[in-house]
Order: sequence, then structure tokens, then C-alpha cells
Amino acid sequence: MLRFVSLRLVMALPTLWAVLTLVFVLVRIVPGDPALVILGDQATEQALVALRHRMGLDVPLWDQYLQFMGQVLRGDLGISMVRNRPVWGEVATVLPYTLELTFVGILLGVVMGLPLGVLAAQHRGGWIDAVARWTSLLGLSFPAFISGILMLLLLGVELPWFPVIGNAPFSNPPAHFRALVLPALNLGFIMVAYVARVTRSGMLASLSEDYIRTARAKGVPARLVVWRHALRNALIPVVTVVGLYFGILIGNSVLTEIVFNRPGLGKLIVGALNDRDYTMLQGLMVIYALVVVVANLATDLTYGAVDPRIRVR
Amino acid sequence: MAAPKGIAGRALGNRSLMVGVILLLLIIVLAVLAPWIAPYDPNDQDVVASLGAPNAEHWFGTDFFGRDVLSRVIWGARVSLFVGAVSTAISMLVGGSIGILSGYVGGRFDQAVMAVMDVLLSFPQLIMGLIIVALLGANLADLILAIAITAVPPFARVARGPTLSLKERDFVEAGRALGFSNLRIMLVHILPNVLDDLIVMGSLWLATAIRTEASLSFIGLGLPPPTATWGSIIREGFENLLDAPWLAVFPSLAVLLVMLALNMIGDGLRDATDPKAAVS
Repeated sequence: MLRFVSLRLVMALPTLWAVLTLVFVLVRIVPGDPALVILGDQATEQALVALRHRMGLDVPLWDQYLQFMGQVLRGDLGISMVRNRPVWGEVATVLPYTLELTFVGILLGVVMGLPLGVLAAQHRGGWIDAVARWTSLLGLSFPAFISGILMLLLLGVELPWFPVIGNAPFSNPPAHFRALVLPALNLGFIMVAYVARVTRSGMLASLSEDYIRTARAKGVPARLVVWRHALRNALIPVVTVVGLYFGILIGNSVLTEIVFNRPGLGKLIVGALNDRDYTMLQGLMVIYALVVVVANLATDLTYGAVDPRIRVR
Repeated sequence: MAAPKGIAGRALGNRSLMVGVILLLLIIVLAVLAPWIAPYDPNDQDVVASLGAPNAEHWFGTDFFGRDVLSRVIWGARVSLFVGAVSTAISMLVGGSIGILSGYVGGRFDQAVMAVMDVLLSFPQLIMGLIIVALLGANLADLILAIAITAVPPFARVARGPTLSLKERDFVEAGRALGFSNLRIMLVHILPNVLDDLIVMGSLWLATAIRTEASLSFIGLGLPPPTATWGSIIREGFENLLDAPWLAVFPSLAVLLVMLALNMIGDGLRDATDPKAAVS
């Protein structure tokens, strides 16, 4: 297992390098002079030169690239051009909120989606199958900001069960978790759609396998056959979908954070886009790239845990 | 039920596909006929009627500037469907071409192209869209381009997979033996066999593209005001959620209806083109 983990870690490095290069290129293809954009047309030539120097834009592109990579390796994301504070500090204060939201969202999606998919496959064509089908269809159809707004109207305004604003600090646990419920449900609901769907089709495939018949024939209780023998083999596609879904989940978390007015990377990136804060944008993209690479790594490692055969390869 | 033969037969026998197609056609007709059926000019302001609740004159109520929400939602359908359709068509064309070319040429070239696609794919789609729009600006052409770029890698992947196995088949070999050009083999012999997959993917991506446009617009990075887009109306409604919930709810239902229709079509098409999926 250790060999498997370290091999995967090494294999993630080229991807990380490529994604970081992409970030560098994306930020550099901005049409126009960033210094001019920040300071405006009235700026003096001196001020422009000074700002370009401060931003490291007055050296050749190749040097900028090396500098950028060197900074990222040292964990230095630069200074926000607009807020004038280190980007890493700004990110670090809100990162726990986003990580918490996405983690609980995935958890809710799996905890609700797996049983729904299993039961739907078990009672194929029955009412629970219909529920699963409609839940998936709705979950796949709802843009995250729309489900968020409707949830807010229904459970925050009409029936005031939950706070309308989701930013209670960590230092006040009861209020904090109450404020987490709606945003996490919003992410979880969309996740359920994906999880239930693949679980159902995976279960239908594995329930018709020979080893299931063998297990039934030798008298293994039906509950065990379904939840242990069949489910374990239906899990691989579920892990794949959770991994693939991660990119969508991050996009949805941005929208969810805006709707529920939660602190997080989403509000930070929208603010940076509005202020044209290029260093902040670049730093945020590095963070997103890191998060995605780590998520892919986690997906690979989960495969190994679910299916021992993969570890050997 | 007797199993109908062929893709067309299975498609006709598929209820969710038919419902989806009818729903979508209805919305397209509404969008095309917007100038004639919208009860008001979508940008006509009437300050006296600011944030009016739904009534006999304004079925969906009015927004902050007293504009008729029903008319704005109908006109908004044009933007959503147009941006979605054109950007999906572009990414289908570009992504499909890249995928077929990459798979057909193979070797190092294929590896390099797919590595680039994987890197692009690994970046969250909405974040990529946000940044490209912010960099390019938010006029119609750039918005379409931004949404199209984010969808190129998935289409390239879908086209490449089957191409890899198709190019080893006898009929491609025969084409080569007859001296057909590579371009002709790709267009005439491989493309038709990949098209099914591209179209199923296209119907699902159309939903994603429309959702992305609405999301960008909601965040405030869509087409500039006063153009009526579903996302921007929902944004206005969100800012007045307590005083005028209808402002957010009606355009939301419109987006939802289109998403449902497209997902039903996508599911139905997948079942129709893949008999195995229909059985399971």
C-alpha cells in the first residue's frame, strides 16, 4: 500500500506542474497592461513603471515564469494588488469555510445517494425507483444558485427554520452548524443525483453476477448479499463520479457561497474579478489547482482502498 | 412491449425523450416569437409600478424599474438558447475535430494533445469560465467563446475514444488501400461513426452551457444591462428577495424547465443509442 501511495504522489507532480503553467499563461494573456488597468488613464509614467516593477512585470516572460514557480514552491502567493495584504493570508482565513462546505456536501451526497441507489436497484420499477429517478433528474437540472435561492426562500424566509446568512464563525459552534445546514444541503442535493444514479446502475450490474447467485445459494442473508457483496463491487464507478464531480462541486460552492453570503474562496474570487486584482486571482487559481490535484489523488487512493486489485497494478 | 427496431424506433418509443423534445420545442417557439408574444417591451420602464406583485396586467409582476418580468423572461430565453446552442456547436466542432485528429494520428501527437486536454479538463469548469470572461470582457461573442472553450476537452475525449478502435477496422484499411486521403477517411468513414456519441454529449452539454451562462450572468459577469437574461433577472430578484420573491422565482422556473427538457432528451438519446443502457 505504501508503494502504491508514493507512486501516485509522484505521478501527481507533472499534472501539478502543467496546471500551474496553465495558470501562469492564463493570467498573462490579459489584453492590455495590468498596471494601466489598476492605476487608470490618469496615472503618470513614473507610477506605471514603479507598479510594473513591483508586480515583476518588467522582466522577460521566462524570468517571470521562473519567479512564479519559485514563489509557488516556497508557498508564497504574492501580495494582493488591491487589498495590499499577502494573498495566502486572505485565502487562509476563508479556506476552512469552503473546505468544510464541500466536505459536508460530499458527505451528505454519499450518505443519502448510496442507500437511494441501492434501494432503487433492489426494487427496480417500484416507487422508490421512481423517487430515485426524479431526484436524479431534478438534481442534475438545478443550477446551484437556483436551488439555493429556492431553499433560502422556503426554509429561511417562509418557514424561518434556518438563518438566511451562512457566516456564523467557528467560535460559536451551535450557530455555526445551523448556518451550515442549508448551504451543505444545497451542495449535497446535487451530489445525491450523481451518486444515486451510478449506484443504481452499478448495483443492477453486480446483482446479476454469478457470485451473487452463489452467495444466495449458500444461504447468505439477503441483506448481507446486497449491502456487502453487491455494493462493494458497485462502488468503483461511484468513486469515479465523486472524483469527476469535484470540479462541478467547486463551481457550485462558489454559487452557494454567494447565495448564502458565506465567507469562502467563492466570494474571494468574485471580489478579485470585480476589482481586477490579478495577483489575488493568480493565487486563487493556484489554490484551486492544488485542491483539484489533491482531489484526483484522493480519488486514485480510494480506488486502491475499495478494490485491492488496483493496488497491484 | 415489443422492442422497436433501430435508433429512430427506440427514440419514438421513449417517453422521456418525447416529453423533453416537446417541452424544448415549446420554449424555442416562445423565444423565436418573443417580439410578437411578449406583452410589453422588455426594457420599458414604469417607475410607478416598481416591484409590483403578479397581477392581471403583469402576470409575473414587475422588477425594480417597473419592467414587465414576463416579457423579460420571454426575451431572456433568446439569450440563453442562443448562447447555449452556438457555444455547444463550436465546442462540438472544435473538440470533435481535435479528438478525431488526435485519435487518427495517434502516437506521440495523440499523447501530447490528450495531456493538454486533461490539464484543461482538470480545472473547474465554472472557475475557468469566470476567468476567461473576466479576461475577455462580456460581450456576446466573447461570452460564447468563453463557454465554448471550457467544453472543448470533453468533446475531444468523446470523439477520440471510438476513433482509436475505428481506425483499425477493415473498412478504414480498405479506404486507405483505395488511396483515399486521410482527410476523406476521417470525414467520410470515421466521423459518421462518432457522430452518435457527439450528439448525445451535445444534448447534455447544451444544458451545461445554458447553466453556465445563467450562472455567469447571476454572478454579474454576463451580458451587460439592460439586456434581459435569466441569470441577471434572478440576480435582481435575489437582491430584492424579501420584497419581491416572484422576481427570482419565475426566471428560475424557466431555467429549470429548459434544464429538465434537455436532461430528459439527453437521457432518452443515450437509451436510444445504447440498447444496453435501455435494458438495464
